Amino acid sequence: MKKMSLLFSSICLSLICATASFASGTIKIGALFAVTGPASFLGEPEKKTLELLVKELNEKGGINGQKVEAVIYDTGGDATKAVQLATKLIKDDKVSVIIGPSTTGESMAVIPVAEKEKIPLISCAAGIKITDPAKHWVFKTPANDHVAAEKILNYMTSKKQKSIALLTVTDGFGASGREQIKVLAKQKGFTVVADEVYGPKDTDMTAQLTKIRGIKPDAIICWGTNPGPAVVTKNIKQLGIKTPVYMSHGVASKKYIELAGADAAEGVMLPAGKLAIYDALPKGDVQYKLLKEYDQGYKKMYGVEASTFGGYAYDAFLLVTGAIKKSGSTPEQIRNGVEQTSKLVSISGVFNMSTKDHNGLDLSAFEMVKIVKGDWTLLK
Amino acid sequence: MQFDQILQYTLSGLSTGAIYALIGIGFSIIYNATGIINFAQGEFVMLGGLLTLSCLELLALPLWAAVPCAIAVSTVVGILFERLAIRPLKQPTPINLVIITIGGSILIRGLAMLVWGKDTHAIPAFSGDVPISVGGATILPQHLWILAITLVTICINKIYFYHTISGKAMRACSYNRRAAGLVGIDVRRMVLFSFIISSAMGAVAGIIVAPLTMTAYDVGVMLGLKGFCAAIIGGMSSGLSTVIGGLLLGVLESLGAGLISSGYKDAIAFIILLLILFIRPQGLFGKADSERV
Repeated sequence: MKKMSLLFSSICLSLICATASFASGTIKIGALFAVTGPASFLGEPEKKTLELLVKELNEKGGINGQKVEAVIYDTGGDATKAVQLATKLIKDDKVSVIIGPSTTGESMAVIPVAEKEKIPLISCAAGIKITDPAKHWVFKTPANDHVAAEKILNYMTSKKQKSIALLTVTDGFGASGREQIKVLAKQKGFTVVADEVYGPKDTDMTAQLTKIRGIKPDAIICWGTNPGPAVVTKNIKQLGIKTPVYMSHGVASKKYIELAGADAAEGVMLPAGKLAIYDALPKGDVQYKLLKEYDQGYKKMYGVEASTFGGYAYDAFLLVTGAIKKSGSTPEQIRNGVEQTSKLVSISGVFNMSTKDHNGLDLSAFEMVKIVKGDWTLLK
Repeated sequence: MQFDQILQYTLSGLSTGAIYALIGIGFSIIYNATGIINFAQGEFVMLGGLLTLSCLELLALPLWAAVPCAIAVSTVVGILFERLAIRPLKQPTPINLVIITIGGSILIRGLAMLVWGKDTHAIPAFSGDVPISVGGATILPQHLWILAITLVTICINKIYFYHTISGKAMRACSYNRRAAGLVGIDVRRMVLFSFIISSAMGAVAGIIVAPLTMTAYDVGVMLGLKGFCAAIIGGMSSGLSTVIGGLLLGVLESLGAGLISSGYKDAIAFIILLLILFIRPQGLFGKADSERV
């Protein structure tokens, strides 16, 4: 019996080896996304986007005649699992590059693995720590939060608004936004007159807003992802606060307007990634055609609108395929290719990488928009 | 500190507190009839909101019809839960039952996630959302609905428990299950009744709060915990003291967030919970009761 099982396993092993050698004509891209769990709103569109892109690319004949295969694992948003799966991708699946993970926590945990194994990692998480300072093998596609914050503050400067009331959510996104706005506000000569927070599951923020109303700031900046900001928007209307309100890029989707109600969201301003507002962009915008294609292709395949988060995976895929086309498909060649990327028009913006900057996006990644009658209007 | 600010904190707190009170009473009704804490109570709150949404959007019912439908369906879920998960248990020790309710709540939440997705959904307010000004503070018409419906629900409860035979029978169970059984009260039927009442009340809470706070498959967790706090403050009574417990919790949270720091809002609720459990485990208004401790 023992012999039989030994025989069986050796047959299996040889079969695996055989398939591996047959598959040598394909380029393997590994991906780690939080498809389930609390960050599934990131991971799900990322996975769907990557599958869509791989399918399209292979239908067109692949890169330089080679097919592309994506090995996608679900991390569930768990950093420990992400590390295990990253090792699995590198050791078992022998991928040449890893796209993901979806969240900052997971990315920070996977970075040492990628650095040690010398495999390029294109993170889809926004945390500034991922690429600041730049690490040899690590890149990321979402623009830094501080770029969005800077966009708001620059706009406020042009409107001569000087004092800010902050209202941020107590999760990673809110905490990072809060810190960065405070630093930037100091540099740019703003005063933060109120610094309030709310929990991600809170259902009533009138207490914080009543306090802010009493302080009378020039503007309110709220930093969070749905549904919190929608509640804040409703509460602001309830309390009759007339102060200008800025939201983060985290709510740049029609869902936010739907939740808050077009009536309450009227006049709210925010920096939006261009995908959310491509309809409102001037037709000459370099990204317009790509954004439209992505949104319509995604809608056709999955029946829902493409989201900014899926766009992060799109960016990563374009960076990787661009690098492979240019330099070759070994991990080292992909890394060098990605680092040399310049003027790559993608979903989140136009990427210009360098040895110092492994994100490659600047202020042009966002547009300031205002909500008017339930739709976006560009602010100039 | 101005008067209108304090008034605003208090009014906001009262309306949130009313919701906590409704959920809290749901906890204590089941506790009194069965001796268990039903941790799935929060899920009925979630079901109320999401079922109303489905009735409004999929069945295109008007609001006055959608609300009773949602309450009815949630109650059926409550009955099924009692029949399928609580009653068949061979060894109904409290610890087994409590763990079953936790499992049940995870199951219901998971199913809700599959049915309604992970997105947050909005429900229209019952009667518009033009703010009403009250002495410098503002509230929404929905707040009035919340306070009024809570009041009516509590009155109906009171009448049921003190002026109907089955209500009195249920109270008898809460005093002494064995004795109640001996005088011919069908204790198991009373347990079923307690699940019916509390799931319906949970659903009501979920429906009236949804226009303000929006609803999603996971709203039940936090609301359930806050309701549990309210019930503990009220000493697990199914009457007025849990209501006061809920209102107190809501107002303290809101005042704490406004006057001390919004970062400690949830901490305030749980510090109160711990203090009550340490100092007055019989509840804020309860007489020391050796049996229940």
